[in-house]
Amino acid sequence: MLLIRCPYCEEERPELEFRNAGEAHIARSANIAGESDDDFEKFFFIRSNPKGIIYERWRHMHGCARFFNAVRDTVTDKFVMTYKAGEPKPSKLPGAAK
Amino acid sequence: MSGAFRIPSAGRLKQAKTAGFSFDGRSYTGIEGDTLASALLANGVHLVGRSFKYHRPRGFLSAGVEEPNALVQIVRDDARKTPNVRATVQELYDGLAANSQNRWPSLAFDVGAVNDIASPMFSAGFYYKTFMWPKAAWKSLYEPRIREAAGLGVSPDKPDPDHYSSRYAHCDVLVLGGGAAGIAAALAAAETGVLVILADEQAEFGGSLRFESGAKIDGQDGFGWAQAAIAKLSAMDNVRVLSRTTAFGYYAQNFVGLVERVSDHLKAPGHDLPRERLWQVRAKRVVLASGAIERHMVFADNDRPGIMLAGAARTFLNHYGVAVGRNVGVYTANDSAYAAAIDLKKAGVNVAAIVDLRDHPTGPVIDEARALGIEVNFGRAVIRAGGKLRVSSMTVQPKNGGGERTIPVDAILMSAGWTPSVHLFSQSRGKVAFNDETKRFVPGTYAQDCVSVGACNGTDGLSASVDEAYAAGAKAAKDAGAKIAKGTKPKVDASESWSRGMLGAAPGAGPDKTVKAFVDFQNDVTAKDIRQAVHEGMRSIEHVKRFTTNGMATDQGKTSNMHGLAIAAETLGKPIPEVGLTTFRAPYTPVTFGAIVSHARGPLFDPTRKTAIHPWAAAQGAVFEDVGQWKRAWYFPKGGEDMHAAVDRECVAVRTKAGLFDASTLGKIEVVGPDAAKFMELLYTNPWEKLEPGRCRYGIMLREDGFIYDDGVVGRLTPDRFHVTTTTGGAPRVMNHMEDYLQTEFPHLNVWLTSITEQWAVIAVQGPKSRDIIAPLVEGIDMSDEGLPHMSVREGKICGVPTRLFRMSFTGERGFEVNVPADYGRAVWEALWAEGQKHGAVAYGTEAMHVLRAEKGYIIVGQDTDGTVTPNDAGLDWAVGKKKTDFVGIRGMARPDLVAKGRKQLVGLKTKDPKVVLEEGAQIVENPQQAIPMKMIGHVTSSYWSENCGRSIALALVAGGRDRMGDTLYVPMPNGVIEVEVTGMVFFDETGGRLNG
Ligand SMILES: [Zn+2]
Repeated sequence: MLLIRCPYCEEERPELEFRNAGEAHIARSANIAGESDDDFEKFFFIRSNPKGIIYERWRHMHGCARFFNAVRDTVTDKFVMTYKAGEPKPSKLPGAAK
Repeated sequence: MSGAFRIPSAGRLKQAKTAGFSFDGRSYTGIEGDTLASALLANGVHLVGRSFKYHRPRGFLSAGVEEPNALVQIVRDDARKTPNVRATVQELYDGLAANSQNRWPSLAFDVGAVNDIASPMFSAGFYYKTFMWPKAAWKSLYEPRIREAAGLGVSPDKPDPDHYSSRYAHCDVLVLGGGAAGIAAALAAAETGVLVILADEQAEFGGSLRFESGAKIDGQDGFGWAQAAIAKLSAMDNVRVLSRTTAFGYYAQNFVGLVERVSDHLKAPGHDLPRERLWQVRAKRVVLASGAIERHMVFADNDRPGIMLAGAARTFLNHYGVAVGRNVGVYTANDSAYAAAIDLKKAGVNVAAIVDLRDHPTGPVIDEARALGIEVNFGRAVIRAGGKLRVSSMTVQPKNGGGERTIPVDAILMSAGWTPSVHLFSQSRGKVAFNDETKRFVPGTYAQDCVSVGACNGTDGLSASVDEAYAAGAKAAKDAGAKIAKGTKPKVDASESWSRGMLGAAPGAGPDKTVKAFVDFQNDVTAKDIRQAVHEGMRSIEHVKRFTTNGMATDQGKTSNMHGLAIAAETLGKPIPEVGLTTFRAPYTPVTFGAIVSHARGPLFDPTRKTAIHPWAAAQGAVFEDVGQWKRAWYFPKGGEDMHAAVDRECVAVRTKAGLFDASTLGKIEVVGPDAAKFMELLYTNPWEKLEPGRCRYGIMLREDGFIYDDGVVGRLTPDRFHVTTTTGGAPRVMNHMEDYLQTEFPHLNVWLTSITEQWAVIAVQGPKSRDIIAPLVEGIDMSDEGLPHMSVREGKICGVPTRLFRMSFTGERGFEVNVPADYGRAVWEALWAEGQKHGAVAYGTEAMHVLRAEKGYIIVGQDTDGTVTPNDAGLDWAVGKKKTDFVGIRGMARPDLVAKGRKQLVGLKTKDPKVVLEEGAQIVENPQQAIPMKMIGHVTSSYWSENCGRSIALALVAGGRDRMGDTLYVPMPNGVIEVEVTGMVFFDETGGRLNG
């Protein structure tokens, strides 16, 4: 069982308290009704599904109930970092070579 | 006497404490402290099982958890019949009853052994090749027969009466394995004061010190030192010592699963003890001291009972005081088997000969064996074993060919060397590295905060192991935060040292195609099976493994993996590291479902949710149905009514008088805040800004893809407060959906969401008499049609307690939903019930509720919709705000496929024969004469007998349904085709006049 750091509770808590909520940083258009079919397809259906670093949303379901973002390596399952919802995608990851 | 093969001068058991037991109905005597294996061997019993595929007679290979052969069924009583217990692990208790498995009619004469003669049929890949065709025969013919023939033990047919417990633990240093290395590591860590857990799978600590007669530590014999060290550790407050505890799985971030066998070794455990305890340990640092497992020699008929690992024979002698034979042979490629021969010889057992595959080995054990007068042969191989139910001879030949010589023996001790137990390391996602010099995989790159010490790390010799482990234990403690380091390292005075051994097939393993030289005993995989797999095109070791099933039995290939790999590599002509090791997976040894499930079974498996009114309904004799976790009153049978009669009566009463219905399970969410209406606009298809306080609206929630997600009536209590209802099953996900959008997409909105499902009990009062029933109990609310029109809500009091009184209807009758704080739910229900009795009201359940709403064509999300239904498909276009520019699903709903012609639409169906009730889920076709497979154009979503309509009614999703009004369609069923007419969805009171009736 993974330990996940909730950026709101500022604590590492067991995975059981959390629920994954899919890929992060996929913005819903402010004019969604006017989006083209292609743009809507990209927004709603297309996900990066990377082997390696993924930016994803989690919810501290059985804790503070907040949604937040996490950087996780899909190969090792290791969490690189977590940060609050609304914060920008980190440009540099801790422990990254460059 | 505890067996003719017991040697009183050997072993550590107290001879006086005997324990009676039975095996296959025969009685024997053993000694307390025995395993079932040692007790049987003491009585000269080697034949204990039949092999999985060929039903070959099998004995004990090992003295520990790696045992692939000696799997037995332990029977305590009718409900406690544990199959596949390794006799080498099961501790003896007085009265233990065990049976052999996989044989019929008896162990000595087994009909299934015909498989052995017919073995060319059962070669590698046999299952895949033979039972491919015809496909239908697999389920009906092949699988049941194979399962019957190849069964390993019999599962108990009664519920498990034992209980299991589960604990979480945190520690600084977790030491896995309690041999010399593990104990040394634990001592070093414990002395610094950090929290230490030391676990070992055996009843007693010591690991290989149990058989290493030459070991001396701190002036004591090795095993005695181990016991003293454990006593010291057990007395320390910061140390938890767990014996009989197997670490079976190593998961992320140093999370380790252990199972403690609490009472399987006790004669009469008593119900206060759990059978097993699951430990889920999170450790700052883990020290792996899991030792090494001896490998067998791969030669013809190496599975005959009496042929076993040399280290096992030594354990049986030095720990249990049992000689595994009177005239033993030894076959080895490694020094450690000499030590077994020496110990047995000194205990008075004749050692017929040592056959060593090596050409010119030298060393003190070889000299000692010779000095004891044991015949030692170098450069020779055992090419065959004689005997069937018990080994009777070994045939020896120079390894490069030449004259054969057959030596009579009653046991053969073998050793091809020792394989480091890297299972847990590998499970931790560490990468193993192949040491070409020692021909073994050892821990290479670590993925977690752990360290391997001793034999599992490829460290040879007791002294080096203890040094390494002590240093590692101290470092682990320091890394985990220990401030001080004190204590003294154990001093190894004498130890044994072994050289390497061999991997793969020995000369006696073929190339003859008929030879059975076993690599994997439990799955009956031979050297030739692995060669054949390569010849048939398997290149990856993972494919070889699956094709041959090598290493796939419950022993997880503990003795077989390395041999299998070496044979595959040799056949492929590749070096071993290029072929690669198969993945190690949890569990290390089999874990019971009981331990995993622990208390979470029966009523504790999942929470049961009951409403405040539940006890009343139960007292009335209601029949309940499960809706998610909720228990809901299904119907209220009176005077011996069946379900049909009860539901008919309830339905008619609601439409002629009135009915009370417990709607408390309805999901309820309060949406509050200055931006509450804006939020509702975004989450529901309907317009909300202009809904006046005190009014209600039926709302539809979509997902972003445009499909219906949930629905429910929403009341606006004040400008900034909405009382939202959801489906019973949908409440948690609707709440999650709302929170998601509020927190991440619309965080600028000033809104709070609160789940109030369990705060409000809801009593639906429906029917022409409903107002008459409620009105006398209500204070402060104008109950007239002008004061409280259909689809409105008022706050006031009922029976003196606060209420949110909704005027709404899910039946099509004049109706109310009385919300009261849950604590008052039952009292208000009873008051309404008493009032209702004056008007002939009934209590009705969920079935009648379903029928009544279907009569009106009201949909149930999740029954009439399935996640691919749009509001338009469901005929609910009217509930979508046409002027709105944004809501969740607005764009998805407009996707080309969702607005295309010919989509499935909800319609009503009437059977041509009004008495016929359709089956929900039944498929609908246009032309029943067409060839099978017919083109299906839809299916029935809801179907009931309607007593109020005097006929059956149904709702269905039908392609282009609304353009088919009046058409005849067909529902083909096993007993004939049912003709139906497509109709509108409203079957009763089409004008809706009864809402104010
Ligand atoms: Zn939190």
